[in-house]
Amino acid sequence: MPRPGFVLDVDRSTPPTLFWHGEGFGLERLPVGSRVIYAPEPQEALDDPDEAVRHALDNPDGDSQPLRTQLFPGMRLTIAFDDISLPLPPMKRPDNRQRVIEAVLDLAARAGVDDVVLICALALHRRMTGPELRQAVGDRVYDAFAPTGRLTQHDAEDPDNLAYIGQTEQGEDVEINKRAAESDLIVYVNINLVAMDGGWKSTATGLASYRSLKHHHNVRTMLASRSFMDQHRSELHSSNWRMGKVLSDAGVKVFQIETTLNTDTFPSNFAFLQKREWEWTLKDRATFLAVSRSLDRVPARQARKIFHSIRSPHAMTGVHAGEVEAVHRLTTERVYSQQLVPVEGQTDVLTMGLPYICPYNVNSVMNPVLVMCLGLGYFFNLYRNKPLVREGGVLIMSHPTPWEFHPVHHPSYIDFFEEVLADTTDPIEIEKNYEERYATDEWYRHLYRTSYAYHGVHPFYMWYWGAHALAHLGSVIIVGGDTRAVRRLGFKPASTFRDALEMAEDVVGREPSITHLHNPPLFISDVS
Amino acid sequence: MKALVVERKPMRFAAARLAGGWEPGAGARVGPLRLAEVAEPALPGKAWHRVTPLLSGICGSDLATVDGRSSRYFEPIVSFPFVPGHEVVGRLDDGSRVVVQPALHCATRGIDPPCEWCARGVTNRCELVAFGHLEPGLQTGYCSQTGGGWGHALVAHESQIHPAPDDLDDCAAVMVEPAACAVHAARQITAAHVAVIGSGTLGLLTVAAIRHLVDPDRVLIATAKHAGQRRWARALGADVVVAPAELARAVRRATNSRVAGQQLTGGVGAVVDCVGSAQSIQQALSVVGPGGQVHLLGMPARVDVDLTGLWHREISLRGCYAYDRADFEAAFDLVRQVGLGRLVSASYPIDRYTEALDHAAHAGARGAVKIVFDLRSRTTRKARA
Repeated sequence: MPRPGFVLDVDRSTPPTLFWHGEGFGLERLPVGSRVIYAPEPQEALDDPDEAVRHALDNPDGDSQPLRTQLFPGMRLTIAFDDISLPLPPMKRPDNRQRVIEAVLDLAARAGVDDVVLICALALHRRMTGPELRQAVGDRVYDAFAPTGRLTQHDAEDPDNLAYIGQTEQGEDVEINKRAAESDLIVYVNINLVAMDGGWKSTATGLASYRSLKHHHNVRTMLASRSFMDQHRSELHSSNWRMGKVLSDAGVKVFQIETTLNTDTFPSNFAFLQKREWEWTLKDRATFLAVSRSLDRVPARQARKIFHSIRSPHAMTGVHAGEVEAVHRLTTERVYSQQLVPVEGQTDVLTMGLPYICPYNVNSVMNPVLVMCLGLGYFFNLYRNKPLVREGGVLIMSHPTPWEFHPVHHPSYIDFFEEVLADTTDPIEIEKNYEERYATDEWYRHLYRTSYAYHGVHPFYMWYWGAHALAHLGSVIIVGGDTRAVRRLGFKPASTFRDALEMAEDVVGREPSITHLHNPPLFISDVS
Repeated sequence: MKALVVERKPMRFAAARLAGGWEPGAGARVGPLRLAEVAEPALPGKAWHRVTPLLSGICGSDLATVDGRSSRYFEPIVSFPFVPGHEVVGRLDDGSRVVVQPALHCATRGIDPPCEWCARGVTNRCELVAFGHLEPGLQTGYCSQTGGGWGHALVAHESQIHPAPDDLDDCAAVMVEPAACAVHAARQITAAHVAVIGSGTLGLLTVAAIRHLVDPDRVLIATAKHAGQRRWARALGADVVVAPAELARAVRRATNSRVAGQQLTGGVGAVVDCVGSAQSIQQALSVVGPGGQVHLLGMPARVDVDLTGLWHREISLRGCYAYDRADFEAAFDLVRQVGLGRLVSASYPIDRYTEALDHAAHAGARGAVKIVFDLRSRTTRKARA
């Protein structure tokens, strides 16, 4: 029986706590009285995930017929699937997407469906490379579909392959991939790493155009989402759900398949990363020392390569299929059952070590904008009810925050960092003064469509993602970061964790309450 | 009188080149420049006046001379020993304050009829700077016969003298000559998007000139290495100020260009290179659009630059030297209108010339812009921090 999440009260006997620091980590001794929140242990994996997938397809949830009954010869079938941003780290093969897509294709083949197209639902993310697609969908699917051009990637800037569906009651434009919209059936294959994923967000965001996305990827929506992990208090989700209704009303049929994962995040050679420090074995300690020292000696580029080669042992804990909203309700329950950790009360100072990876730098560089997004956009928002840190509190993050960008993946991020953040870090000002120019820049558009670049507007969304945290927090301190880069972000640099705590006291007063988010593995704090 | 003098001593030039190559401004300690007691220059003719310098600026070309970096191109058009200093506000014997326009053209040399360019008033293109009754010298400050601003007296032809208005203090007046260079460059530019490379004195003045004298509406992008320079560039009118390495991206954004390799497909219509190095010229060529112009305002020397893009994109590379009288007069307005006297950051007496030159060579890094010699008193003092 896996143990639930745990909130440790630090006392004199507590060993130092592991802090991620980009492509590395260290141990910090937290002041007595601090709290450390640990993720629940991984839930049991499904005994036979392939059988579970087949079962889900035959026994759909909500107002939906079994998939096999919806397939017929001559139909247009589109299978859309989540892109490289999920899961994190990329999982060992077979990936959930492979298992599900293979099962769907088996049914389609039996039903005599021959017009099948796969679409990577990447929204405004970068296109995936061939090897990345192969990793996600598996060799069999890749070899059958890629050579014939039927394994495609959504292009949110292709005017010939976008279909305008209509407007929501609030005037939000709904425009999605034309092939998907005009199919007899969209089968959406999702991986639910966190509660934010899935539901109508899969189709209404993953297959949408900028014209459509901008209605919910904006500062107003982000400020009104408390948090993204709680669908019912997330304007981001409300907007996607409204768009989903427009899709349904227009006759766009979606068969949603959502899979959940456990918190088994790191392979055995990095197992200490997801253990509680006082339970480290001699082997864990030795591994920690060996890995830490090795990482200290290798160049950053090599360290990055090592980390990005990690394949997570994440295992499937559930699969639900059928009507979008019914499926997503069950998925969310399952995610909560794995990830929720009850936490009593907020804290003055929240500390977190930021790892080497976030959804937007798989096989890439965690640039400073992504550091902000991971800390303030993602980790800060891993809560339900209320933020873990009180309003006016301080967030201390540990990350090297290098002034470094992947020139192919993140070209508009470089400009965003050099031009926009040099002018202002206020999300509202940024949105008002700069977004449209970046979103319509022909060069970024070209790179997004033909290279492997995130869309020109993407860094803006990353910044908006942290808008709620920026408005909520009294100060943000980055420990061990590139001073210039940290200042450009509008944050305060600190050399050591102790210095950061002293700086935090200037904001929240003497002897503040401190809580450390021992993350990843990912979890959601249910703050009472 | 006491003056700083540059002598023709090849070994000292070599030493300066070595020292200056290692540490900018270090040529002052080992090179051809020395503080000496010299005779006051004699008046070469009736139309000449004695000028007692009050403030005299240190220019990039002066630093190049001190550090032995100047091209040998200048050898036939200067005469040794000379007293440097061509940015001068001084006083005539009648007590009136004047600004010296230093170019030594046909009229100053008693050449009549003048050369084609001087006849047209384009005196900065004078063909006869090594001829006439004066020793060779393209400007006051490079001629053995006229003296220069880094000494306590010089002589100036009446055509070189501009009265300094009362509303311009000495700091403002000493900025007129470098401002005239910027005005001259700015007046050549018609492009809607302009990049200015370098935010030393010349770069900042060029930004001010383009913004305030030429056209307030054009998009002006400037590069600046140091934080102080960035602040000045913005204050003087640049729309966008970026680190040198960020220029291509800033130009791309402003002009909606694409990128092919390291080359922008489009670019700005004009670049003013206020640095003059191989690197800056190459950068200028990489951000100027097809058919555009690169204006070399910073004094270059021998450079190694790939001109393929210049050929392919039909780019013009044009020199931009000094000014004519109209530019000079406009510079008074610019200095007054923008308050350019603020750019004088520090002053030194000439006996502290090594410190002064070191400060000038590192002005940007130390938050300074223009360093001047203060000849109003022989006591050691610093006018401004």
